[in-house]
Amino acid sequence: MSVITYRQALRDTLRAEMLRDDNVLLLGEEIGLFEGSYKITEGLLNEFGEQRVRDTPISEEGFVGAAVGTAMLGLRPVVELMTINFSLIAVDQIINHAAKVYGMFGGQTSVPMVIRTPGGGGQQLGATHSQNIELFYAFVPGLKVIAPSSPADAAAMLRAAIRDDDPVMLLENLGLYNSKGEVPDGDETVAEIGRAAVTREGSDITLIGYSRMAAMSLRVAEELAEQDVSVEVVDLRSLRPLDRQTVVDSVRKTGCAVIAEDDWLTYGIGAEIAASIQEGAFDYLDAPVRRVAMAEVPLPYAKPLENAALPSAESITTAVKETLSAVGKRVG
Amino acid sequence: MADTAKAKGGGTAKSTGGRRRSRKDSTTSATGGTTSGVADEKPDVLLDYYRRMVLVRRFEERTGQAYTQARIGGYCHLNLGEEATVVGLMDSLKERDYLYTNYRDHGYAIHKGMSPRRVMAELYGRSDGVAKGWGGSMHMYDTETRMLGGYGIVGGQLPLATGAALAVTYRGGDEVVMCQMGDGTTNIGAWHESLNLASLWNLPIVYAIVNNFTGMGTSVERSSAEPDLYKRGSAFRIEGVRVDGRDVLAVRDAAVDLVEKARSEKRPYILECTSYRLKGHSVVDPAKYRTEDQVAEARANDPVAAFEEQLEKAGVLTEEKKKEIADAVKEEVADAADFAENSPSPDVSTLFDYTYATPVANESRRMPADPVFAE
Amino acid sequence: MTEIYMPRLSDTMEEGVISSWVKNVGDKVTSGDVLVEIETDKAVMEYEAYEDGYLVKQAVSEGDTVPIGEVIGHLGDSPDAVPEESSSGGAAAPAEQEPAEGGGEQEPAAQEQEQQPAEQAPQQPAASGPDGEEGTRPRSSPLARRLAREYGVDIESISGSGPKGRIVRADIEAAAKQGQPQPETPATATAPQAAAPAASAGQEGYDDGRDSSELQVSNVRKVIARRLTQSKQEAPHFYLRRTIDAEPLKGFRSQINARLESAGTKVSFNDLIVKACATALRAHPEVNRSWVDEKLLQHGRVNVGVAVAVEAGLIVPVLHEADRMPLSEIAQRSRELAERAREGKLKPQEMSGGTFSVSNLGMYGMDSFSAVINPPEAAILAVGAMKQQPVVHEGEVVARNTMALELSVDHRAVDGAVGAAFLKDLAEVLENPMRIVV
Repeated sequence: MSVITYRQALRDTLRAEMLRDDNVLLLGEEIGLFEGSYKITEGLLNEFGEQRVRDTPISEEGFVGAAVGTAMLGLRPVVELMTINFSLIAVDQIINHAAKVYGMFGGQTSVPMVIRTPGGGGQQLGATHSQNIELFYAFVPGLKVIAPSSPADAAAMLRAAIRDDDPVMLLENLGLYNSKGEVPDGDETVAEIGRAAVTREGSDITLIGYSRMAAMSLRVAEELAEQDVSVEVVDLRSLRPLDRQTVVDSVRKTGCAVIAEDDWLTYGIGAEIAASIQEGAFDYLDAPVRRVAMAEVPLPYAKPLENAALPSAESITTAVKETLSAVGKRVG
Repeated sequence: MADTAKAKGGGTAKSTGGRRRSRKDSTTSATGGTTSGVADEKPDVLLDYYRRMVLVRRFEERTGQAYTQARIGGYCHLNLGEEATVVGLMDSLKERDYLYTNYRDHGYAIHKGMSPRRVMAELYGRSDGVAKGWGGSMHMYDTETRMLGGYGIVGGQLPLATGAALAVTYRGGDEVVMCQMGDGTTNIGAWHESLNLASLWNLPIVYAIVNNFTGMGTSVERSSAEPDLYKRGSAFRIEGVRVDGRDVLAVRDAAVDLVEKARSEKRPYILECTSYRLKGHSVVDPAKYRTEDQVAEARANDPVAAFEEQLEKAGVLTEEKKKEIADAVKEEVADAADFAENSPSPDVSTLFDYTYATPVANESRRMPADPVFAE
Repeated sequence: MTEIYMPRLSDTMEEGVISSWVKNVGDKVTSGDVLVEIETDKAVMEYEAYEDGYLVKQAVSEGDTVPIGEVIGHLGDSPDAVPEESSSGGAAAPAEQEPAEGGGEQEPAAQEQEQQPAEQAPQQPAASGPDGEEGTRPRSSPLARRLAREYGVDIESISGSGPKGRIVRADIEAAAKQGQPQPETPATATAPQAAAPAASAGQEGYDDGRDSSELQVSNVRKVIARRLTQSKQEAPHFYLRRTIDAEPLKGFRSQINARLESAGTKVSFNDLIVKACATALRAHPEVNRSWVDEKLLQHGRVNVGVAVAVEAGLIVPVLHEADRMPLSEIAQRSRELAERAREGKLKPQEMSGGTFSVSNLGMYGMDSFSAVINPPEAAILAVGAMKQQPVVHEGEVVARNTMALELSVDHRAVDGAVGAAFLKDLAEVLENPMRIVV
């Protein structure tokens, strides 16, 4: 068992998968010579050469589409989009092509590709570089969208994504790259896409998140445990398919839920989760489902404004406490 | 005869075999449609091309008819007037070569090797269609014959085809990818990005532009700052050639030339085939934006009629042979329609069969009225 | 000086009885205080003051009946202010309080008109949740509601600790531990004595300026409230009235009782009426119906319910297949059922399955009244007291015993003319009582 960063877990997995399967190739801006904008691909060009670690020009539509083409011929491309914001330039290729080729042609050709891309605000990158628009992709049947929150999950889910025959969008998070966690040495775990996980058991309230918010939810749960509050944390892990059952099972147990999401609230991922809870746990709800989400503004640059707009451990804690007090449990 | 455009940095573009350079001067050479080099070609080959062109013509006419009978739904774009281009381009490809096209794909599908029966069944949305009824007119696809799809989004196929060529080089193969498109496609970002990648990465691909001078209702002059489309690769150092798309031999010769160069040099090429769309953009387009003169001109440039006349004059196509081909094609198209008519519709139970290739937990199989959670 | 008028406190109310004066002459009255309790045709209602002042006169004594709009008291500026002589007319009585007699086909406009005075009339505050929102039930979480069902806790009997008084799981669990009353079920509803002891009744004071305390509500009362609310909300009632000449019925009863004396049985007027109803229903199956869930049901059996007032509330035991019972059996069975109703020993099946009901308040001297249909039945007959009235009989004005019948009918199941034909026939049976037994 080693404690490594999320970044390291991704890098190690990419390398292992490239060693395992010659069909795996990497495409993206600055992933080769520059070794990755966030250094996920560090050292890989040296080891595997230009054919398999391919620097692309700044043309997301072109190289994402080209990756779809290579996948149609049986390669297993792993595309890095520097941030999820740039995926908007490739939307036609992701939604109209990657997601459609398998079904639209009657299941003749699958598209075994991975798009890795980080979302997340909080780095003072301003409005266009701080968005969490995974919802756009989670909306589309034909795509699989997963969002690991820990180094171990990052490794297991990237492994699963590369070995999967469908286009998988692996949502990373700028705020998680340096986070550390235990990953078993020589781990070969292949995560099951489409499964959420209860990352902490509890009985008072269910706290649901994914990616950075799942990690933050765990921290909040740990802090609240000291105040004698038993928070159950559900890490969604997979945004499409969505594991509603795990969420609903937890809410049926605790009777109330708070959803933490890094995206905007209106129509956001949390809206879908709340709707699912309403459908699956109506008779078990002791309080309205509460959502903690980003303020609905283009994220500003100035630090105090940015901080105010983003969900935080404090805002999640507040929502949890208020929900608990609504069911007769006063905290703190 | 060739027009060549020297591009800065060494790229070249040239025009071969064509009488026409653009819509502007085309009216002065409206006698066109003459196929070059008939005398030098084997009669069997000529007759085969003629038969194939007639097949496309009759198939598309039948398609248009079925559309008006509501046998075919959705959008439906026909290859009418482009028969020489279709046949010439397809004859340049080896079986192992890959083809990507736009949505005007019926003729390409047939002449890349799919049976007219299964193409027609796809148009009818039946389970024996090439895409099992999932694609329709715009989405012919067949792994076997390496026709990797008609695509409905203009320009969407360009990055895919480019990627397919990348896969070929990745594996060290000697296949070539042909990527067919319309003239309007050369204005989309994917065109420029794909050309850049293909040239940068030295990919074996031929971008084949079928220039009927009209993107839906917008003429090339009104949409392209460089209306000589074969020159548009010069910024990427990709050589381009223009050919008269009404001339099946010229198209074939130019295509064979570029396909084989792409294969041996691992380089991309552009082939522009000028042509006339005999009808509207799609079955439902009355094409009222065309002047009467333009329509008359298009009729006069009907490549099937012109080729037929030429072969008759050359003594290759006898009255007897013509009837034999006409009857055989008529029979083949009727058979395709019968086949389509009798093919079963896809079973609704297969609705969720093609969402994912790798089965996945919690995949939704909910029908519209189903509750998300059963009580 | 402000006059206080007899208010209209129910849709069918024509007059009210001063049940009790809450304020005495000379008492200071603040707007919102309960002045008087008024018994309407349905219930005893509290009537509040709209203005501040002093009650200077009670114009109507307790137990007296006055029509809507009549002055019942006066408010003055000082305890010793002297009211002027009652001015007539104050609040005009509603122009049309009841649907026109005859076909019973009420026009919607007439119904609306009928509603207006009710809206203008002072209203009791609606049952309110702790947050003051109008509503018929307290806020509660879905989980609380489910747990209440599972634990058998009556959710309406507990107060919530959540935001705005929302009842949450914790409240249900606490209530379950303390053994809160069980929710009513059809079984317990038939057994009034099974109601939970009113242990907590009156314990909790209400700071509402009325010195109120909450009474333990019996299950019978809850069933009455729920079912009759449902009836009035869902079943469009119309009312048919007919006064019968009761002399023949009186004579017939004496005759019968004389004959049955040896058997120790006595037939009441009500027994005769029940039997007459059963006979008329057999002849008019179109009244022996129910409108249930958008379906019209035709009942093959004639089962007549008889309203019985017991301490816990109104109970309606049912005489099954009354049309096939001899009069003596009806008499016997009625008495037996009424007795067991008072003892709270009725079995559920003895209270269910009715297809028609009879409610008789004649023993209270009521001239006539309008009854609420007992769902899912299509009609109920309200029977007034037998009274001597001057009537024209055989061309002369003479004093004769009469009896007022009023039939309340569910218009969804039975139209006006159909109901009228039934009532006409029923009246004729009662006026020719031999038809009851023949």
